[in-house]
Amino acid sequence: MSKITGSQAIIKCLQEEGVDTIFGFPGGAVIDLYDELLDSDIKHVLVRHEQGAVHAADGYARATGKVGVALLTSGPGATNGVTAIATAYMDSIPVVVFTGQVPRALIGNDAFQEVDIVGITRPCTKHNYLVSDPNELVATIREAFYLASSGRPGPVLIDLPKDVVASMMSFPERKPIKMKTYQPTVDPHPGQVEKACKACLKAKRPVLYIGGGVILSDANKELTELAEKLSVPVAMTLMGLGGFPGTNPLSLGMLGMHGSYASNMAVAKSDLLIAVGARFDDRVTGRLDAFAPHAEIIHIDIDPTSISKNVDVDIPIVADCKHALRAMNSWFDDSKEFAPKAMKEKHQPWLDQVRQWDEKHPLTYRDEGDIIKPQYVIEVLNKLTGGDAIITTEVGQNQMWAAQFYKFNEPRRLLTSGGLGTMGYGLPAAIGAKLAFPDKTVIDVAGDGSIQMNIQELATARQYNAPVKVAILNNGYLGMVRQWQELFYNKRYSATVMEITPDFVELAKAYGAVGLRATKKDEVEPVIQEALATDKLVIMDFAVSREEGVFPMVPAGKATTEMLLV
Amino acid sequence: MKHTLSVLLQNKPGALSRVTGLFSGRGFNIESLCVAETLDPRVSCMTLVTRGDDSIVEQITKQLHKLIDVIKVTDITEGEFVEREMVLIRVKAEANTRAEVLRVIDIFRGKVVDVSPTTYTVEITGPESKIKAVIDILRPIGIKEIVRTGTIAMARAPKN
Repeated sequence: MSKITGSQAIIKCLQEEGVDTIFGFPGGAVIDLYDELLDSDIKHVLVRHEQGAVHAADGYARATGKVGVALLTSGPGATNGVTAIATAYMDSIPVVVFTGQVPRALIGNDAFQEVDIVGITRPCTKHNYLVSDPNELVATIREAFYLASSGRPGPVLIDLPKDVVASMMSFPERKPIKMKTYQPTVDPHPGQVEKACKACLKAKRPVLYIGGGVILSDANKELTELAEKLSVPVAMTLMGLGGFPGTNPLSLGMLGMHGSYASNMAVAKSDLLIAVGARFDDRVTGRLDAFAPHAEIIHIDIDPTSISKNVDVDIPIVADCKHALRAMNSWFDDSKEFAPKAMKEKHQPWLDQVRQWDEKHPLTYRDEGDIIKPQYVIEVLNKLTGGDAIITTEVGQNQMWAAQFYKFNEPRRLLTSGGLGTMGYGLPAAIGAKLAFPDKTVIDVAGDGSIQMNIQELATARQYNAPVKVAILNNGYLGMVRQWQELFYNKRYSATVMEITPDFVELAKAYGAVGLRATKKDEVEPVIQEALATDKLVIMDFAVSREEGVFPMVPAGKATTEMLLV
Repeated sequence: MKHTLSVLLQNKPGALSRVTGLFSGRGFNIESLCVAETLDPRVSCMTLVTRGDDSIVEQITKQLHKLIDVIKVTDITEGEFVEREMVLIRVKAEANTRAEVLRVIDIFRGKVVDVSPTTYTVEITGPESKIKAVIDILRPIGIKEIVRTGTIAMARAPKN
């Protein structure tokens, strides 16, 4: 068998995996690989900061469902990627990150641009590798892609010593991957499925509580089928938005700290909680002992560690969400005890109760004449894009308003850093999504604080023709922290006032983008129309009401029924 | 409650730190940890003693399983098992105490492995309770240094 270089082997592996785009930033330790990339048909996107590379790969992965790929150099290149790797880890996003490393002989010598990135990323990757034997390189890359995309997905890092990449090796034939130490349970246990379905038959006040797992396993159709078959209202986590149509009458919207009144009340009063691909995060549960206190709990999750981690589960189902939901659907189809119509009638009082809660305290805000309310900006975005744009967000109030007021009817339309809460995620993730779907409108809903954390990626968007639209809800504050200070710290605004922010319209021009500004309510719609009409990169600067808060709000550590309302 | 976990894992660089990192990162405690390769040099066996209520130990077991390098996790406290620990104790042994040290060591079936004009170094093996007992008895005589291996354990073979 003829031998090839490590660089050639890596490119061949990427081609095998169907990778068409990678995001990266070169350096001495990966220069061989970059040289080889020039001759390949893989598109390399040069970011302006390595964090942007991994976020863009993550955005690409969330939007497509494929594995996102980033390539960073050793030392600072690798460490700059860590925040973005942790972001992908917390949200279970399939990403493979290649990092350069100093030659094997120098490892441990404090060599130039050397860092133990495998050690650093051990707790924030699903798995990671230092390739110390050239003959293991190909097998390692194949295994990494398999791990990243199977089971509960997640980021996998491969550290590549420079001399390994430069050495000659054979390219073994591709075989199906079998790992004796890693065999995720995909199919549900039929006995557990039956128990769960029987619990559904008995319940009078059931609620579906769905998370990012529904989106990761592309189970939205199966989920929708189950919800409609059984007439069960659906509450979604931030990561689960789009897993069930937001405009479906059974949708309760988001639950948790900034969830809708109806969703939090429904969970609190439910007698059966069906958790699907969700992990009972503290932002969802609030005070644990008051979370769904009357409910029997079914929990479907592919990761056994998620089950009974925070909340004791009565009927666990370890499985891929799609497989488990399919099994439940067919159990009901085959069951003689079940008739959709009778079930709907039985649940009608409960559905009426839920509707009353929603009517009593719908998601809303106070209109104040000319002043631009941030929620209004999101509503107009929703209206003018027909609810069909890919929305990325930064983190904080902008993220919560986007989650509350944009109606996501499809999965993979909301890309947001849910678990880690990484400011600076939205813009690079939007670029990744736009490169994957050039014909789709991609909007980064940002705050004036977060956008500055990775604003350098505007240049990347320009260079690779990724004309995303950035909507800055500009309130001159780090708004979410300010809101906490207003509510719980006597309005002592410690370090949350952004006294100096750039003129975003001029900044857009400096990057060769279009800059638009709205300072009055009636300017919002024309600005968004103009932004959507052009095929250029756009920054929209909305001067929004400065001290607007996100409501409802469950104060940290309180029960989710103790909501502060508008 | 004390739980003794037996963990089979790939004998790969970094595998041990994945386990210890998991414990420190998630706030689980490790009372002792022993690891060495098995008959198959590609596989290591780790005996890990931890403390926690059932739900914590369940979470620890599941989290260990989740590590890609981990092959098998058994909570051997759930059944019958044998456990052993070895300790090296350097104890003061001067003219007036030598005989007594030897007597104690003999009772515990230990042996002297090193001698100096003023000390004996003794080796004792047994379950944790025995190690504790011998330490308690030697302490008044004067323990100068002590090194313990931590517990290793094995489930008892089925009797039929």
